[in-house]
Amino acid sequence: MSANASNDNVQYPRTIFIRRHSVVTRLTHWLNVLCLSFLLLSGLQIFNAHPELYWGHYGANGDPAVLTIGSDDDAGLPSGFLRVAGLQIPTTGVLGVSNVDGEPTARAFPSWATIPSFQDLAAGRRWHFFFAWLFVINGILYLGFSLLSGHFRRDLAPKLHELSPRHLGREVLDHARLRFPEGEEARHYNALQKLTYLAVIVVLLPLMVLTGLTMSPGVDAALPSLVDIFGGRQSARTIHFITASALVIFVIVHVAMVILSGPWNNIRSMITGRYAIQEKGPKS
Amino acid sequence: MSKLFTRRRFLIGGTLGASALTLSGCDLLDQNANVANVLRSAEDLTMKAQRLLQGRDALAREFDEKDISPSFRVNGTSAPDGDEYVELAEGNFSAWRLKIDGLVERPREFSLADLKALPARTQITRHDCVEGWSAIGKWTGVPLASLLQLTGLKPTARYVVLHCADELEKTLDGSGRYYESIDLVDAFHPQTILAYQMNGQDLSVGHGAPLRLRVERQLGYKQAKYIMRIELVDSFSGLWGGNGGYWEDRGYEWYAGI
Repeated sequence: MSANASNDNVQYPRTIFIRRHSVVTRLTHWLNVLCLSFLLLSGLQIFNAHPELYWGHYGANGDPAVLTIGSDDDAGLPSGFLRVAGLQIPTTGVLGVSNVDGEPTARAFPSWATIPSFQDLAAGRRWHFFFAWLFVINGILYLGFSLLSGHFRRDLAPKLHELSPRHLGREVLDHARLRFPEGEEARHYNALQKLTYLAVIVVLLPLMVLTGLTMSPGVDAALPSLVDIFGGRQSARTIHFITASALVIFVIVHVAMVILSGPWNNIRSMITGRYAIQEKGPKS
Repeated sequence: MSKLFTRRRFLIGGTLGASALTLSGCDLLDQNANVANVLRSAEDLTMKAQRLLQGRDALAREFDEKDISPSFRVNGTSAPDGDEYVELAEGNFSAWRLKIDGLVERPREFSLADLKALPARTQITRHDCVEGWSAIGKWTGVPLASLLQLTGLKPTARYVVLHCADELEKTLDGSGRYYESIDLVDAFHPQTILAYQMNGQDLSVGHGAPLRLRVERQLGYKQAKYIMRIELVDSFSGLWGGNGGYWEDRGYEWYAGI
């Protein structure tokens, strides 16, 4: 950079490429995309086997449910519904009842949202646990690398001044107006990015793994405190579902932000590592 | 520019290809034997990891009386309809005998009264169905280990197979008959019992009368009901689908710890 700065013939503004993402970040990111896609769709298949959520240690048909996706059959006209905390919402066509080979069929999540598309709990579980292992190994590699390389400290830990309400308020407003950092500021994640990524990396994803493990009778025997932390196997199952929903919302916002703030530049930086930024003038 | 262009096309192509693959291709992949084998490799890893974490004797949680589910769902078969079973049930299982044979030193038969005369264990545990629901119940029965000590094991015995009276699927060859198996680690686990009582009452027909397995660190489909015979084997190859259980022959994991 200093060699360039001393060159008086450079014209500004100009585009320079910086190394945005390390090879480990890029690889683990895309493996995560793969794993989470399969985990979500096979997870919905598993959910379909018993489309009801409870709180506490036990819960089955007849016990009070916090969420139900079900169907009614009104004289041969099936209708689907989602019931959350006593509120029942008609969802025919998507949840509860959806088309399978052109026929309205009772199933919680529709066939286009499950792996496999047809009802097969055993197959759904095989996909789920295979990708769960891959996801955990990938996550451990990422966490280990990020701690050792300083990725967390350097790129993800917010600076103290970034956490002031004024600063955060300004970033929220900028995001709302779709004004994204440019030039020097674009070299780093903004505070909202840092906080969101940290929430996903250290809260949501570990929560997925831990609540998933708490549903295992084998793991519960080995690590009984897991059951206490989540207040029971059925609570853990409910939290697993809520956390998965939160991750789906994160991915929707994340992809929207990627598209709105320069899709090719963002995607290139996550594939090749190179990220273009505009330099307005020589660095002073 | 041309480089960027090809990269764009690569990205678009890649994204479209990936979504097409996940949407329609998964069903095809699912039926591919090689893919199935790769996916199944996770089961082995899961079992090794859980056994490492648990050690031999980590106990499943035992609950208090007040934690017992108000209703315990009857799952699988609710009443076996084979002539032999119906007759035994009509006689209140007084003619029922539990056979223990296969790779044992001293094959034996036990009546229900014989089993009830042996030292019993009572445990209030959580039953976890593979579908996702749970129910808590109180089980009383004979530790499987004490029966196996009475019969003795041949050195080649590796698995305990439970042959059941219920036919979950009607077939001509009998392959729809329920059966299950566990290895010796689980067979000798202190909470592995052959239960003849549930919530203080003799086991109902719906819950597996006269005798069912409780193997508390695994899922519900391992808790075989209507046990008629226990066979010690060195492999599953001679048994129906060769996977060690009714649901295992239909794609479910043999090790059901998760």
